[in-house]
Amino acid sequence: MAEKLIGTDIAPPDLIAKITGRAKYSEDFRRDGMVFAKLLLSPMPHCRVRGVDATRALAMPGVVGILRAEDVPQRDGPREAVLTDEPHYEGEPILAIAAETEELAAAAIEMIDLDLEPLPFVIDPLDSLRPGGPNAYSEGNRFADDEWTDVKWTEADFEAIDAGQMPDAQAVSEWSKGDPDAAFAAADVIIDEQIVHQSLTHDPMEPRSTMAYWENGKLYAHVSTQSAQRTKFGLARALDMDPENVILVAEYCGGGFGSKISGSTIMQLPAFFSRKINRPVMHRVTRAEEHYYGRARPGFQSWVKMAFQADGKCTGIDLFIVEEGGAYGSGDNGSAGMIADLVYTPQNMRFRSVSMYTNTPPKAAQRGPGGAQIISMLEPMLDKAARELGIDRYDIRMLNAPEGDVVFGPRDSTLTSVHAKEALVMGAEMFDWQGKLELSGRQEGTKVTGIGIGLSPYTAGSRGFDGLMMIRPDGKLYVHQGIGNLGTHSIADTARPAAEILGLNWDQVEIVWGNSSQGMPRSSVQAGSQTTHAHTRANHAAAMDALDKIQRLAARRMGGSPGAYSVDNGRVSGPGGSMTFAQIAQAAIAAGGAFDGHDLPEDIHPETVPAAEGLAGTGLMGVAKDNYGGEGGIYSWVAGFALVELDIETGVVDLKEYVGITDCGTVIHPRSLGAQVLGGSIQGMGMAMTQRWVFDPQYGVPFAKRFYTARPPGILDVPPDLKWGAVGIPDPQSPVGAKGIGEPPVGAGAAALTTAVADAMGGQCLCRTPLTPDIILAELEGRERAHGRLDQHVG
Amino acid sequence: MSDADSVELVETKFSRRTFIKGVIAVGATASTTSQFLGRPGLASAQTMPGAAERLITLRVNGQDRPVDILPNETLAMTLRYRLNLTGTKLGCDRAECGACTVLVDGVNQYACSMLTHQVRGRAVTTIEGLQDAETGELSTVQQAVVEEGGFQCAFCAPGFIMSMTAMLDENPTPTREEAAQALSGNLCRCADYDKILNCAMRASELAQRA
Repeated sequence: MAEKLIGTDIAPPDLIAKITGRAKYSEDFRRDGMVFAKLLLSPMPHCRVRGVDATRALAMPGVVGILRAEDVPQRDGPREAVLTDEPHYEGEPILAIAAETEELAAAAIEMIDLDLEPLPFVIDPLDSLRPGGPNAYSEGNRFADDEWTDVKWTEADFEAIDAGQMPDAQAVSEWSKGDPDAAFAAADVIIDEQIVHQSLTHDPMEPRSTMAYWENGKLYAHVSTQSAQRTKFGLARALDMDPENVILVAEYCGGGFGSKISGSTIMQLPAFFSRKINRPVMHRVTRAEEHYYGRARPGFQSWVKMAFQADGKCTGIDLFIVEEGGAYGSGDNGSAGMIADLVYTPQNMRFRSVSMYTNTPPKAAQRGPGGAQIISMLEPMLDKAARELGIDRYDIRMLNAPEGDVVFGPRDSTLTSVHAKEALVMGAEMFDWQGKLELSGRQEGTKVTGIGIGLSPYTAGSRGFDGLMMIRPDGKLYVHQGIGNLGTHSIADTARPAAEILGLNWDQVEIVWGNSSQGMPRSSVQAGSQTTHAHTRANHAAAMDALDKIQRLAARRMGGSPGAYSVDNGRVSGPGGSMTFAQIAQAAIAAGGAFDGHDLPEDIHPETVPAAEGLAGTGLMGVAKDNYGGEGGIYSWVAGFALVELDIETGVVDLKEYVGITDCGTVIHPRSLGAQVLGGSIQGMGMAMTQRWVFDPQYGVPFAKRFYTARPPGILDVPPDLKWGAVGIPDPQSPVGAKGIGEPPVGAGAAALTTAVADAMGGQCLCRTPLTPDIILAELEGRERAHGRLDQHVG
Repeated sequence: MSDADSVELVETKFSRRTFIKGVIAVGATASTTSQFLGRPGLASAQTMPGAAERLITLRVNGQDRPVDILPNETLAMTLRYRLNLTGTKLGCDRAECGACTVLVDGVNQYACSMLTHQVRGRAVTTIEGLQDAETGELSTVQQAVVEEGGFQCAFCAPGFIMSMTAMLDENPTPTREEAAQALSGNLCRCADYDKILNCAMRASELAQRA
């Protein structure tokens, strides 16, 4: 029997390259004649370039060329281009210089004379909603149906806001279900808060450097991206060229967290520049530049009311979110509304939101987009209700958490499976919630203990992508992956079902990834935790196609019916005898047609076709679309439990214990899953506590542009004995049963921390992230905070 | 002038303050591709008046490597862009993340924040130098990482592995707390710290066994 692969720890095949320095990330590539690009970045949050004099720069020996906004495609409206003559945030790229050395390119940038016209700007979205308030764009503050309008709230709205109330103001997005007014009228307890969730940058370890060159009409692009196949097509679209003339190399990606989903806009720069100057162009991105154009999570300023019955059941939610959408807009708020309805199952809900353009760095989905923000904001409110009602905080979650029959959101969405309560039960046991309750509020010296829980769901799958694999005459299975390789190990792990179906040991499987010229099937973007679900299914489908072909070939060669043949250890055996996969591959090539990929299924995606055609005739091809279907959304869950010590003299929070339990269906790779659960949770804690993005409201410029000013958690910020677990109940609608995991731990970690801190403070909801010592101390000492309760970007 | 003398001279001439000023002025870099382009000296004439590239010999991964460098060139840029040792990563450019950690005479150092001149006459080890070149045998730390399936995106991995190597040299049997302390100069944005500590403990175990 071949070894069992699903549910076992197998190190990914690229690990040796990663730990010996051989793995090449985008900035590790060199090319003869390669020049370096440096950007001139906007020094203002909003301005117009009136003139550029690059004479002195271009006269410098070794300077090769300049790329201006006019050299790259521009689109009307708030749509980002590679370079612009009207920057909408400090740090937006205006132009680029290429030179023989990076140092020289940087020196040349300093020689450029720039004439800028400063324009009005806005950093805090509420300011843009004020009557007469500034807008991020000269044309207005709302862009819809290709038209600009100006959304302003009334003086009365702001009187309500200033009085600490939810305004009855104009929303851009809105839905409701049930009867929220009746629910609030009948409520035994109403929790009413104003909450700010900060915007913060993604900060992957690897900056989004790119190297590109052209050769014989083809573009060779070495990029850092989360999703390989989709990035190739995205890049081709951006350059308005035949995708088959793009050779995308993206074997390694040093983290993205949503900021490099299908690459990013700046990735196009070396391609355009190289086309203009006919030299390979390296664009090395610095950490500070990452903080400018490397993307950020949108901030929320919100008003929330939650209605509860005496038994702790949440019966109504009224949620109004103002979203800080950055220079080019974003849409996290929609999923925030959906997830609020899903986690607390109120049945009566009103959701309103408005996303505003601001002159801050562009926003993008950041791990658990919308969900992580709303969970870390609402969980302390749930705790507040539990305290007022005298209910245990674990019990109130068990009472409100959904089960498999949940319907949520404006369209009564359903889910394929939900085991949130099982995750809570398992977590409470591993954390010893009952035992830890005795420690809650205990003070030793200046340190007070607090415990908390965060329950966090997120989408974790999608359907209908293609799988593509070959059994070659060497007898091995080559699984062609179009997904990216950003550290989740899914590049290898999603191939395991295929290997199991074909009865292979892992050393008989090769993963082909990261170079588009080797053939990539149409794949999901590696975002929204889709990959594990989507591509275990797609590879399952393609492996079933391969198995069918193997059996038919065996029957044709050896006699008997195809169904009488079975596969194991690289052989197919049945009534007529046995053949090796190497022989089967030869037989497939001889048989041609569908066997070796010359005839392709009609339902595969057009983007898969050229990849499959390129492989035709090289062995036995397994190729299929995931037609397994299914109904309802695919969501995974993480329940996080934290114990903290809060130093009431310094306001410093020390995480002492953490347990994360996930419901993500079948476990494919336990060790890697644990890393996702814990790593994601810690990222959430950084979001909630240590990474602080601050802007100067007078000049509209960011202060925190480096790791030390917006510090992600380090190894000493977490206890050395973190714990995790998985419910492990297969999703019934997938043949493999696995769901994704990337997103949900972020909200769980953040909320476990915000609830534990609130617990250490006797149940006070600080209603703000990040929970920095100054805010904690102001609250403890009953002082006013240094900023307005709803101010964004002040810490 | 001996190597030691020249190091001292350079360190006096380019104090940390001057060094930082120089690096910041040109956008936190001191790179050239002259080795690949065959045009030494090009950058220096433009960016640092009076500064010229100079041929020195570095001892890297047990080999003597002659290389032209600028006075203000960082070790990270020399390794990456002159010697093509790209396993040493740049994550922040200035001593915040540890992705560029190398060993200098066995001590872990941020290569982004050392001048190449400072390591003349000293033994530099990069991630490429840990695996036995002849037998292909992984170092103890590398072997431990394989056994524990360490790291996610792994951009930080070379730096962590170098720090782990230096740590075990100093403290062969660390506790998890001690290991965390020793590795606290390295940042992992995937926050795979639990697994990183598992790797450190496994490495200690393997070293003891050997």
